[in-house]
Amino acid sequence: MAAERTAVIGVGQTKYAAARRDVSMAGLLREAAYRALEMAGKTWSDIDAVIIGKAPDFFEGVMMPEVYLAEALGAVGKPIMRVHTAGSVGGSTGCVAASMVQSRVHRCVLTIGWEKQSESNAMWALSLPQPFATSVNAGAGGYFSPIIRRYMMMTGAPELIGCMVAHKDRRQALLNPYAHLHQHDLTFEQVVDSPMLWDPIRYSETCPSSDGACAMVLVDEAGGDRHPGPVAWVHGTAMRSESNSYGGRNMVSPAASEQCADDVFAQAGIVDRRAEIDAVEMYVPFSWYEPMWLESLGFAATGEGWRMVESGATELDGGDLPVNCSGGVLSSNPIGASGMIRFAEAAMQVMGAAGEHQVDGARRAVGHAYGGGAQYFAMWVVGSDKP
Amino acid sequence: MFEEDRVSADRPAARDPLAAPAALSAPVTLPEALAGAEPVESVCTPIRMTYTYTPGRALSRYLRAMADKRILGERCGATGQVFVPPRGVSPLAGAATSEVVELADTGYVESFNITRVPIERRPDLKPPYCSAWIVLDGASVGFLGLVINIAPEEVRIGMRVRAVWKPDEELETSAGNILGWEPTGEPDEVITDYERIGRVEASDP
Repeated sequence: MAAERTAVIGVGQTKYAAARRDVSMAGLLREAAYRALEMAGKTWSDIDAVIIGKAPDFFEGVMMPEVYLAEALGAVGKPIMRVHTAGSVGGSTGCVAASMVQSRVHRCVLTIGWEKQSESNAMWALSLPQPFATSVNAGAGGYFSPIIRRYMMMTGAPELIGCMVAHKDRRQALLNPYAHLHQHDLTFEQVVDSPMLWDPIRYSETCPSSDGACAMVLVDEAGGDRHPGPVAWVHGTAMRSESNSYGGRNMVSPAASEQCADDVFAQAGIVDRRAEIDAVEMYVPFSWYEPMWLESLGFAATGEGWRMVESGATELDGGDLPVNCSGGVLSSNPIGASGMIRFAEAAMQVMGAAGEHQVDGARRAVGHAYGGGAQYFAMWVVGSDKP
Repeated sequence: MFEEDRVSADRPAARDPLAAPAALSAPVTLPEALAGAEPVESVCTPIRMTYTYTPGRALSRYLRAMADKRILGERCGATGQVFVPPRGVSPLAGAATSEVVELADTGYVESFNITRVPIERRPDLKPPYCSAWIVLDGASVGFLGLVINIAPEEVRIGMRVRAVWKPDEELETSAGNILGWEPTGEPDEVITDYERIGRVEASDP
């Protein structure tokens, strides 16, 4: 039996900011949820189940937030489920929410990802001492810097490709009212001259630390057909994971990443990925991950991803494969929401609802997230046409 | 119940994206007793956790050997891969490791990071410092450590290194016995895996 066709009919985001002191964690989620419900033309009573996701409980120190949030999210008397796959969680949560409808378990699902980093200490939570290893890494930057260095060496990419990505994403963020960073006067030279934190990663090539939530409403085929506004149809979802330590592991393009991409594009019937996809929202917390993921997801040949960046192919303004038109993770990073923002922004592109950062005529878009030691992956392809 | 007919025909088309959702924009009336009270925006509540860690057989052997300045890895019988620190399992085969292997305390730098910001837990580490994945001779995976006794800018992928151990009287059953890794001065390792490594098929656990 074929899966139920599934559509996104509502997307809601909060304003992302270093600290949203005006709202509690629950208030933050409700802001995103109400916006998604408004766009979907639904109320809490229409929702059959709530699927939420965030990063480790260590971050804010709130254990089992799904229990604490059930009332605030209208989930009393309904199923609520929390998904947890490290940084990829926002994407995985979207995949799980879609599966609830695809499997015909539910007909209308609310899904939300969030983080309140102002109440958290991510560096602490990500650098817990282990008795069998030395504690020498400073958070995620310290972990990913050697992988980026390896990519630079393998490909011989020019040193400033990462700065080009960062400058592009920060400029594109100016078109997104929800983006955390709005650096109107940021020049390329300022990106290049920003201090090295985890050499070769500069300050301006690093994501900010944000508060924020992102929500979506997903419905079955009948619900999508009846919806008076634009909808984004789910053409494929995929998740993969792997150990981050085995012999011969390609740390730059992990096998699980390639398998996840192969799966999702096969489901969507896409053969020429670069030609058939109109917009990509990929998880790029450190600038160099744009060329790395372009290769891993098959938009560029091995070693050629940086050439796409250099040529401007990934820019909203004139590129043939615009990447992170919203400004991406480099401009807003509420960790547990970041993957769902990628999924939601892909949906907004094919709904024609992306406003100032809309890719003209976008019909098929990709949302992508990764997490852990680049070992958890989640992707979806959404389209304006029914699959 | 699923009531599509409740979908409103006058969906807000071009409303201000930052305007509060209608449901949240209604004013809240405070009781008089709270009028003028300063709102509490956040409360700091420190959390401390102490764990008892049970290392298991493989890591117990590894940590005990560390006290004798020996590095023990474990080999997977199915794939031949050698893991260090050993966790008792081979991720690709989904099988227990079957052989203890003593590794040399020499290897090469697989890749590295130069940290230029201080980290909370190691006030003793003065930036800039270099952390690296070290591939020990005979091991299949990298091993995290500091590269010392060389300027961070001079560290190279492929550089040969050896362990610098704590003085004998300070040795514990701890990975901290290795203070860092210093260059041996030997010629750099020739890195042969620049090309994309073939896809590894997941095995049935």
